[in-house]
Amino acid sequence: MRTVYLAIKYLALLLWSSFIVFPFLWALSTSFKDANAITSGATYIPWLQFKPSSQGWASLFSDGSTGINIVDPYINSAVVTISASLIAITLGTLAAYGLSRFEFRAGFIKNNDITFFFISQRIMPPIVLAIPFFLMLKTLGLLDTVYGLILVYVALLLPIAVWVMIDFFGNIPKELDELAMIDGCRPIGAFFRVILPNSTPGLVVAGMFCLIFGWNDFFFAFTLTFTKVQLLPVAIVSLNSSVTPWWSLSAFALISVAPLVLIAFLVENFLSKGSLAGAIR
Amino acid sequence: MLEMHDVSRTVDGEVHLADINFTFEAGKLYTILGRTGAGKTSLMRALMGLLPLDRGQVLLDGQDITAHPVWERKMAMVYQQFINYPHLNVLDNVAFPLRRQGVRKAEARARAREFLELVDLGSMLDRRPSQLSGGQQQRVALARALVKEARTLMLDEPLVNLDYKLREQLREQFPRILERNRNSVILYATTEPREAMQLGDEILVMHEGRILDTGPPEEIFDRPANIQVATIMGDPPISTFPGVIEGDTLRLGGGISIPGIRRALPGDGEYLVGVRPIDINIPGPIPAQVAISEVSGSETVVHLITPFGDVLMLSQGVSSYDPDERLEIGFVADNLYFFSTDGRLISAPYGEERA
Repeated sequence: MRTVYLAIKYLALLLWSSFIVFPFLWALSTSFKDANAITSGATYIPWLQFKPSSQGWASLFSDGSTGINIVDPYINSAVVTISASLIAITLGTLAAYGLSRFEFRAGFIKNNDITFFFISQRIMPPIVLAIPFFLMLKTLGLLDTVYGLILVYVALLLPIAVWVMIDFFGNIPKELDELAMIDGCRPIGAFFRVILPNSTPGLVVAGMFCLIFGWNDFFFAFTLTFTKVQLLPVAIVSLNSSVTPWWSLSAFALISVAPLVLIAFLVENFLSKGSLAGAIR
Repeated sequence: MLEMHDVSRTVDGEVHLADINFTFEAGKLYTILGRTGAGKTSLMRALMGLLPLDRGQVLLDGQDITAHPVWERKMAMVYQQFINYPHLNVLDNVAFPLRRQGVRKAEARARAREFLELVDLGSMLDRRPSQLSGGQQQRVALARALVKEARTLMLDEPLVNLDYKLREQLREQFPRILERNRNSVILYATTEPREAMQLGDEILVMHEGRILDTGPPEEIFDRPANIQVATIMGDPPISTFPGVIEGDTLRLGGGISIPGIRRALPGDGEYLVGVRPIDINIPGPIPAQVAISEVSGSETVVHLITPFGDVLMLSQGVSSYDPDERLEIGFVADNLYFFSTDGRLISAPYGEERA
């Protein structure tokens, strides 16, 4: 009975893992194909089913008419995502700490309402925000600029940072803040000297979410830019034309997710260690 | 000298502190005794500046510090939870308050080391709090509170989360450890009467946000101000029941009479009678039925049902009583307490009501 249960469990895990990993394997396989291999039916295994070609990868690193410019979109995406994430985490952490430690009241509006207001920004469909953002950036002269995108991405990532950090601060005992103040810190000192150094796991999680959401966003990168600034998701999609170079597109897609995969591996090890142990027992 | 004048605090209709008036003198250790929710922690937090007051004043050496924020009060506190700074090692945990006072790093660490040796943690300076046992973590918290040599040191049930043996061990060490802060006002909150009596120069008995009684431990134990104090001071607590004095005879419910009461009472009439568990013995003239018996260390606490109410008996050694077992018990008549029907002490076996 136990063997049957284990077999079912592992079969289910295998099926689900295949479902998750298949798009990556498909992209990896396609990135090593040429036009002939692409058009000759569904094949997956190089050497056995098709002859591998480095054409797709070579196009990413060659200049001239055959090459694809990945450097500019890469730099733009990195600048926009990292800047917006840093700003969102800084503001989000301060807001979350305030909301988790102090009581705010303005009429019927209390802490939970303010928290919900932050989170509600992510509940609305992006299309609802697109036109207001477009008009605001146009008025500010920031359409099709890195700065405009950073501004919009901060607004999009802030709810994530606030959400993650409120939950994290909620698990840090308030007595730790009190202890710091008893020991001579002002509230701001308690935050920077005691609470923040003990918040690294929360900051890492919030940072990771911000980077992932910022890096992968297509909608706003597409609607708020034209010719001067192009982010990675838009650059990948722009390869789609009457004759789509699927091999280059696949290689481009894989190289664009590489930083996120790397971050996920680095962070995974860190998150498995609970660094708050010993604060309170 | 630390004074509280008319200090009150009510939250959502629940009284946390009610008109507290008390003066704490430097160089004394005050134990604040009360059950959970009696207001012990609220009193400490009010003094510390962590609890906003509805009204009242807190004075330190005559200076009104009611409006001073906590970081300006220069007080020290040990929580009942083992709270330390998780990101700092043991040495820097203890040096932390000194560094905030502007003491240079080397000096702060030297003083921290001295106090860590005092609490027997001199060999664990580089460890993180998470690498220590519960008892060791609480010693770090204690050293950090002591190192400031603050004018006021508060210990909020510091031993409550430790196991029995560690609790005994640390309790025995407290007088030596606290010696360095002997010129401070030291407040020690506890729910255990034995701990309060063992450590305190004076005891404050609290109940529902009020100070019910204050004084030296023996005085409070022998002559409690009222029934509540007598109940809180006893472990197991005193048993009380109504009785009528007629001449030198005490008449109890169920037609039971105890003759030979030689006490200076205001006169015949109704009283509430108190008997400590240790003053009930077997055999005697009173029929009783065992409800349950609990073995507590080397003693046995027996819950008895009598015709005039439930009483607790404490017998030395481990005794076995079956539920519903019938016993015949007696009181040490000279050791009975007499309270008025509203609970005030009228007569105690060790002297009359205190002034």
